[in-house]
Amino acid sequence: MSVFDKLIASAALATAMFAGPAMAQDDVRIALVVKALGIGFFEAAAEGAEEAAEELGNVEIIYTGPTDTTAEGQIEVINSLIAQNVDAIAVSANDTDALVPALQRAMQRGITVISWDSGVAPEGRELHLNPSSNSLIGNMIIKLAADHLPDGGEVAVLSATTTSTNQNIWIEEMNKVMGNYPGIEVVATVYGDDLADKSYREATGLMQSYPDLDAIIAPTSVGIVAAAQAVVDAGKVGEVNVTGLGLPSEMAGAIESGASQSFAIWNPIDLGYSATMLAYELSQNGVEAAPGAEIPMGRMGTLTLDDNSEGAMADPFVYDASNIDQFKSIF
Amino acid sequence: MLPRIIPVRETILAGAILALLALIASRFAGFVAPSNLANVFNDTSPLIILALGQMVVILTRCIDLSVAANLALTGMAVAMINVAMPGLPIPVIIVIALLLGAAMGAVNGLLVWKLSIPPIVVTLGTMTIFRGIIFLISGGKWVNSHEMSESFTGFPRAEVLGLPLLSWAAIVTVLLFAIMMARTPLGRSIFAVGGNPHAAVYTGINVGRTQFLAFVISGALAGLTGYLWVARYAVAYVDIAGGFELEVVAACVIGGISIAGGVGSVGGAVLGALFLGVVKNALPVVNISPFWQLAISGSAILIAVAFNARAGRKKGRIILKSAEAKS
Repeated sequence: MSVFDKLIASAALATAMFAGPAMAQDDVRIALVVKALGIGFFEAAAEGAEEAAEELGNVEIIYTGPTDTTAEGQIEVINSLIAQNVDAIAVSANDTDALVPALQRAMQRGITVISWDSGVAPEGRELHLNPSSNSLIGNMIIKLAADHLPDGGEVAVLSATTTSTNQNIWIEEMNKVMGNYPGIEVVATVYGDDLADKSYREATGLMQSYPDLDAIIAPTSVGIVAAAQAVVDAGKVGEVNVTGLGLPSEMAGAIESGASQSFAIWNPIDLGYSATMLAYELSQNGVEAAPGAEIPMGRMGTLTLDDNSEGAMADPFVYDASNIDQFKSIF
Repeated sequence: MLPRIIPVRETILAGAILALLALIASRFAGFVAPSNLANVFNDTSPLIILALGQMVVILTRCIDLSVAANLALTGMAVAMINVAMPGLPIPVIIVIALLLGAAMGAVNGLLVWKLSIPPIVVTLGTMTIFRGIIFLISGGKWVNSHEMSESFTGFPRAEVLGLPLLSWAAIVTVLLFAIMMARTPLGRSIFAVGGNPHAAVYTGINVGRTQFLAFVISGALAGLTGYLWVARYAVAYVDIAGGFELEVVAACVIGGISIAGGVGSVGGAVLGALFLGVVKNALPVVNISPFWQLAISGSAILIAVAFNARAGRKKGRIILKSAEAKS
């Protein structure tokens, strides 16, 4: 947006809303809108955003979101941010489509809008930052298992529900790269429905059906914790390695007991940091978010946009005994 | 009367469970090994305890849909207490869990008793309220295994006479219920209230108070199970045991407890829970596509209920022979 427009808008707002002493409008105000407040993952993302703000110098981060994960709550938050005339909104959406009208209104007012983590439909944002790409994740989950099986072995997948889009895509991507991991055989895919008790039962069933099982890959945070507990209870620590995607705070016990050697998840600090950097580039440096564009994001390198103006930040970050203590208190 | 001497329904259900076990054994022989059957029983223990609590409520013509939410809230509360005070002995934790659960059951009971709100409405409401409270006290955060003390997560796993304490909890509950239902005034009045509330009033039974007590019993058991559940799976979060209330009601219905109240037995509830437990534990090992698993679980429930409905149907009694002859 042009500097003139911005000045007009700021001046109009300052006079209309703040009759008192003029607020410090010099700072670039970037709003980080999350799915819900009080979630460790997003608190950590806010930490990363603050880190970016410090690096950039003149940025003020507004960390906000509804109290529950609803689209309605987020629309209210976005409307109030429009009223405050922030410079940029970076949102992790509770609904792909429901936020579009509110975000379009924001863009009409000259506010930069990007989505991160959980995306918004292309017409409601300028770009979307994926924490990782489906193919990177698919490769990572099998690599985590294969790294501890130099001589090959049997692995099984414990997913969420049969209809979970994310998990199904990741498993599909994983199957595409199986050729790179000779000797590793996926013997079964079971579904724990993201319920602790059903996942536990399925994991127990896997160990009974496949006595030579070497690893359980659970690309879901409920499943990986339940599978680790099932391995401990079955006395198979050291025989069956539980890996996949999980949160450090939830997996600390499993790493400690040895049921899990390592697991991965995107680093939320990096994610908040990158989202802030991107929002700043778009809003202040006149960078255009067009397909094919390469946008710098500080220490995280550059983001390359695809045809839908989406880009992937990096490989999922691997957590193991060496760094779990550092991260378990963060998220 | 014959059915009282030989409990037909329970015999049929026990036969069905044995047939099911035989069928499973033909596909996966390891399932019927004694150690695995002990595991299945252990895994089913929470369901047995909850089904007994639910049975008492259903017998009084009520229903308690808030058991799973009560379980989750108590579980979260005791987990947070454990994190705050790791030194607190487990018996104290169990007493807290029982009291907390009973208090939540009492809320249900009071609303049904004093305000005469239909139980399904009351417990649907409290179900969501309890889940909401979990979010409020936890802030949406999980309590994870490494934060809980060793004795806290170790208690349900500790073995006595070859069985984990979780299994013993179920066995003790079954014995207490068997005595309570058959030998105490409360047990008899629960049947009376469900069988014919008007007649119960004439015999001096306070219907509302009996229903209230049924809810308190169900709540206390849900509280106890809350602790056992959280300790067993070593994790507490808002959604634990989501949808479990339906499984509990299903166990009761399969066990021949009439949803209209007044008819049912401790043995039926236990067998109903065991039937579901066997199905749930067998499906992962018999190598059936997960897409079929849901359909199979559902069909098993329907078949069992249809069976019970047929067995329970009374033949109409012809009181006017002449009228029948004319038509």
